[in-house]
Amino acid sequence: MNVKKQFFEGLITQNPALVQLLGMCPMLAITTSMFNGIGMGVAVIVILTCSNVVISALRKIIPSKVRIACYIVVIAGFVTMVDLLLKAFIPALSKSLGLFIPLIVVNCIILGRAEGFASKNGIGASALDGIFQGFGNMVALTIMCIIREFLGAGTFGGGLLNGGAGFQILPENVVALGMILPVGGFLTLGVVIAAVQYFMSKPKKSKEVAK
Amino acid sequence: MENITSLLSIALGAVLINNFILSQFLGICPFMGVSKKIETALGMGMAVIFVMGVASAVNWPINNFILVPNGLGFMQTVTFILVIASLVQFVEMFLQKAMPSLYEALGVYLPLITTNCAVLGVTLQNAQKGYNFGEALTYGIFGGIGFLVAIVLFASVRERMEFAKSPKCFEGFPLALVAASLIALAFMGFSGLKVW
Repeated sequence: MNVKKQFFEGLITQNPALVQLLGMCPMLAITTSMFNGIGMGVAVIVILTCSNVVISALRKIIPSKVRIACYIVVIAGFVTMVDLLLKAFIPALSKSLGLFIPLIVVNCIILGRAEGFASKNGIGASALDGIFQGFGNMVALTIMCIIREFLGAGTFGGGLLNGGAGFQILPENVVALGMILPVGGFLTLGVVIAAVQYFMSKPKKSKEVAK
Repeated sequence: MENITSLLSIALGAVLINNFILSQFLGICPFMGVSKKIETALGMGMAVIFVMGVASAVNWPINNFILVPNGLGFMQTVTFILVIASLVQFVEMFLQKAMPSLYEALGVYLPLITTNCAVLGVTLQNAQKGYNFGEALTYGIFGGIGFLVAIVLFASVRERMEFAKSPKCFEGFPLALVAASLIALAFMGFSGLKVW
């Protein structure tokens, strides 16, 4: 299996969030501070990698008719573990992500990779796929967080840097509070995906011209 | 009397103030996926109301009579998603036999609902907020109605948008997201609304 190719697929060409457009709910809901984004990203990486490994290991045993239910049970098991671990060791993160940790169960990225990759490939490749796809998702989440936090609260690295307060870049009286509210979530994601589509279409065009 | 007002405020809150899609971000995937035409959006909305109502009604006794008394509260996520998945399967088989016309209308959308986070979200919220049975059922059904309202509004906007000229990179999904953000902005107007 080509590790380098897998890495670039996860991060750029097949980025689960920005190109495949999977897992939109947490993408919009929790990207209000860098702490949330990175926390969510790491939780998804862990769950995705573990569930990919288990599903790949069981791929010859699971009958294809009930496979979706089996995948969901495996995923739900790992999600519960992560949920309990976060509650015990990082209660602040658990509190600010709230409902969206148990809801990782129905995050389409994880089910999508289980169905699309882990059920057809070996354990090693599936584990790498989980890590790379999860990493791509985390990068996307972090980009969203940085933009929304900067425009909505004027800070950088909220909850994570500078003892939790983040660095105040814009003065508080010029920020647009709407960017942290649901409105800003939809708007930012739209613009970010448009930017990605713009840059993805560019190299193709230059190649066509070269031909 | 107090009971009825509390139910009313839950109902109104679920439809307008804390709309599942537009202010809680639950169920975005079907919201974006099946909102290209008003009819399909309507079908999806109906199916979601139905499943959210039934899921709330079934998961409430399971949580309160089986999980909580036995100290198994941490199994909520696993149990709820299993119940929802089997429920959707069961509803599909039942409708196929008993109401073929409705089955055909809902058709493709039923299996999709298993992975709709609004359904799992509503049952988890019922458990978290400690609602009684009536409140949980109301929250489920009216949450579904809120979903229907949002997705139908969005689909009608999207149908018009087909004819709009847009920059190349904004075509399709990004433009839909921008439109959704404007609808969310409109719904923010309800956020100050207080019922009694």
